[in-house]
This record gives sequence, structure tokens and C-alpha cells, in this order.
Amino acid sequence: MTLSVSDVKRIADLAYIEIDDNEAKETLTQLSGIFNLIESMQAVDTSTVEPMSHAQSVVQRLREDEVTETDQRELYQSIAPQVEAGLYLVPQVIE
Amino acid sequence: MFNASLKQLSIQLAGKKISSTELTSEFLQRIQQLNPEYNAFITVNEELSLAQARAADQMIAAGQAGPLTGIPIAQKDIFCAKGWLTTCGSKMLSNFVSPYDAGVIERFNQAGAVNIGKTNMDEFAMGSSNETSYYGPVKNPWDHAAVPGGSSGGAACAVAARLACAATGTDTGGSIRQPAALCGISGIKPTYGLVSRYGMIAFASSLDQGGPMAKSAEDLALLLNVMVGFDARDSTSLQREAEDYARDLQKPLTGLRIGLPKEYFAAGMSNDVASAIEKALDEYRKLGAQTVEISLPNAPLAIPVYYVLAPAEASSNLSRFDGVRYGHRAESYSDLADMYRKSRAQGFGPEVKRRILIGTYVLSHGYYDAYYIKAQKLRRLIAQDFADAYQQCDIIMGPTTPTVAFNLGEKSGDPIQMYLSDIYTSAANLTGMPAMSIPVGFGDKNRPIGLHIIGNYFKEAQMLNVAHQYQLATDWHNQSPV
Repeated sequence: MTLSVSDVKRIADLAYIEIDDNEAKETLTQLSGIFNLIESMQAVDTSTVEPMSHAQSVVQRLREDEVTETDQRELYQSIAPQVEAGLYLVPQVIE
Repeated sequence: MFNASLKQLSIQLAGKKISSTELTSEFLQRIQQLNPEYNAFITVNEELSLAQARAADQMIAAGQAGPLTGIPIAQKDIFCAKGWLTTCGSKMLSNFVSPYDAGVIERFNQAGAVNIGKTNMDEFAMGSSNETSYYGPVKNPWDHAAVPGGSSGGAACAVAARLACAATGTDTGGSIRQPAALCGISGIKPTYGLVSRYGMIAFASSLDQGGPMAKSAEDLALLLNVMVGFDARDSTSLQREAEDYARDLQKPLTGLRIGLPKEYFAAGMSNDVASAIEKALDEYRKLGAQTVEISLPNAPLAIPVYYVLAPAEASSNLSRFDGVRYGHRAESYSDLADMYRKSRAQGFGPEVKRRILIGTYVLSHGYYDAYYIKAQKLRRLIAQDFADAYQQCDIIMGPTTPTVAFNLGEKSGDPIQMYLSDIYTSAANLTGMPAMSIPVGFGDKNRPIGLHIIGNYFKEAQMLNVAHQYQLATDWHNQSPV
């Protein structure tokens, strides 16, 4: 598999990380090396193997639909970059 | 006192030979004096630590003390602790004072332990040398030119340099065991699901597991007794009956079958490490154990599989850092998407960005099956290898790392070389099995060497027994660089 600078920029865009041309070029070299390492996986035939997503085969616990948390909005918002009247502020999205 | 075991300290505290306030003050003083050189701690908060020490002294006076009451323990800066700066080694969280306690912190608080400070670590636990920390590298106390390992490098340094009685770490691919090995201390990653991940800042959720780091296996057992327990707030926390992890420490090792995976005793391991491991195995034979060769045929795939799964999970977990609710926000931006992009570009360091990009790629349209699903299938084959191996042995041993600690700066420019330092450790994360490292000697430049002990699921008490019996017969674990 061969990656290009435009691939790196597209991935960075998907990941919401700003990246300039120089960084993208440097990243390309490193990612290509890492993907070469990862490629060694393809040598093994896994056509009959079930994927293992988790170390323990446990079922998701369920609980009664009850209120278990208290309102701590003020505490949690006290560390936010920008809040007003109990709301998190971000740049305007809708005109 | 700085070299005392947790048990000895507990007896002194209970007998009023020393108060927790005195003990805590001594350690704080030591940190103040030595941390500028080691950089093992990101945050020290004398006021908060001493308040806990005073509370512990009251618990002791009231006869309510447990084994860890009043004992100063360093907390890895990945555990949220209420009122403490909790950075995860990142600029992204350099202003994050946690509004709540992690499950692990709660359990230590309930036990009356004192949080002596938050330890340095690779950024978001992504690294094997502590060099990716926004707060700078940590020095290996045995040789200041060497790395302490990572990601729990500050924790390992703090224990080895006697800046704390013990420490917590987290292990996603070897982050407790590798630094424990490189700093000559003991550390255990328990079975996945035993220690709560609530409030433990997530890196790769199906692999992350917290655990203790200490001077000896006996200390680890006491720490595990506090750290392990069900937590309803962690969806993968296991509901099991409480165990006393110290219960089997004294058992003889007669008849123990130690499996030696031939893939771990192959090319790649340096001569000094090979010779120390061989001597440790001889000691085990003297203690009555027998060794059998086993095979883990898919073991060489652990690193490629790990570097698909861990970044995939990380890219998802780290999407929460967007500069909206907490953490770093860029100063200027044109719109919302630009705010995300700039905040994340500024807040994350190069290694974290690299892993987010790998993860985003392997999860992206058209590559999901070829990489992510493929890696999950291989993960099953790796787990099956271990299950087969445990038909022939009780416990598995090998080197924790292929070499002793490398020099600061030696591998920081080469991610792949850095990744390969976890070559023996990452399989235990993929399978979820417990694994530990104990010191078994010194190699090149007099730098420490660790023996890797991998157990079957929930065999922590047996592993600690195996480690403790070795530590009764040898004194590597008592050696200190200070």
C-alpha cells in the first residue's frame, strides 16, 4: 500500500487536525514506515477466524432507568474555555 | 525509611512510631530536592497531600486504619483526581483541574492513602520512553543519560529513586512493565477488567488497564488489594468476589511449570538481557520449578496488530478533545471546524497526532476490513496461542524488554524502533492476561533488567507468589540507585 501527501492531508482533515505541507510530508515518511510494519499482518490467512474485539467475552450490563447522577453543571463548566448562561460557547454554526 | 516496605511502614504508622504527616513531609521534601533533576512529577501539591496525611493520622488514631492508611503513593497523571491538575502529559490538558476522582483514586482515598503527587508520563500514555511528555523527559535514576521507559516513566522513576513508597501506572502495550524493567522495580498489569477505568483518561479502551508499581511483589499485592474492585461506571469492569492477593505469597514453587516461549528467546534479545534471564530461570529451577519450551507462533504479529488496534481506539477516544468543554482551545480561528483543527493541532504533540492519523486511516472507508478487522482476527489467534500454551505450563516467563534502557534521544526520531521496545509486552494487552515485571539483575552500563511473568486470566495471586519467592531468595529488588 502506498500513501501520498494528499492521503495524509485527507486523513488529517477527517481527524480535525490542522496540518501544513511540511508536516504532511514528514508525516508521510513516518506513516509509510509504520504501515510497512503493519503490512506483515496480511501474510496470515484469517478467512475462518472470528474477530476478537475484546479481551473478555462479557455482555453489556443493563440497569434500571433511574436518575443516579446529580446536577453538577456549574462545577463542570467552571473548567470550560468559554461558557455563558450555562451554555458552552462555540463559533456561530448556523447563519 | 525511604527503603521500607509498605508492610514495615504500616506497622510503624500503626505503632505511632511515625505519623503520616511526618512521613508525607519527608517525601515532599525529598521530591522538592530531587525532582528538578528527575522530572518524575508533573504536579506536587503539598497542601492537598498534607491534608490527606492529617486525615490519615486521625483514621489511625481512631483505630480505623487499613494496610495503606497514611502511606504516600504517587498517582500517574492519567488518573483524574479532584482538585488536582490532571494533564495526561499533554498540552491539551495543561489547564485541566479535574472536577472528579477516578475510581482508582476513590479507592486509594477510601483506604486512607496519601496522594504524594501526579507523575510524569508519555503524552496520553503513547510512548515507551517518557520523551513524548509535554512536560519534558524523565531521567532514569540508575543512569541519568538513559530513559526511564514509558509511558509510566515518572511512576517508575519515583519508586526507584524513592520519591514515593509506591505508584500507580497504566498499561496499554507495556506501559507499566517496560518502565518497571528499565528502572529496576516491580510492576503488574492485572487481568483486563479488574481495575476500574472510570476517570482513567482513555487511550485504547479494550487494552488499557491500571495497576501498581512498587519495590517488591509483596508491596504489589497490598496495592492490588486496594485497586481491584467492581465499578459500575466502567462498562467493562468485572463483577467478581474480592480476593486477597497476598494469600499465596508464601507457597513453595515445587512443581511449578514455567513455559518459555521459543519466539521470545530468539534473535532480537541482547546478550546481557539473555544472560540475566537465564540466571533468573536457574534460580527458579533451584526453587523447585521446572521449565518447558512452549510456542506462541503468532507472537511476532503482536506489534503490527497492536499498532492497528491501539491507534484505532485512540483516534476515537481522543476525538473528545475539541476545545469546547475543557482543555486547550486555540486563541484565534475562523469558524467551528477551524477551531477544532487548530485546537487539536496545537494541543497534541507529534506522536499523539501520528497515532490519531494511523487510527483514522485504518478505520476509514475502504480500509476497515483490511486493517481493523484483520487485526482483530489476528488478536484471536494470539489469544488462542496463549490458551494452548497454558495446557503445558502454569505460568510463562521471558524478558520484559529486548535491551536495557536506551539513551535519551536515541530512539525519539524513529517511531518504529520505539514501538519495538514493547515487542514482548503488547500480547498480554491484546489477550487481556495479567503480566508483570520484576528486577533480575543489571546489564550493559549497569542498567536494570526485568523478568516478564505472564499468567493466565485471574492468576495474579499465583504470579505474585512466583515473584515473591524469587525476591525472598535474591535481593535485586532491594537495590536502589540512590
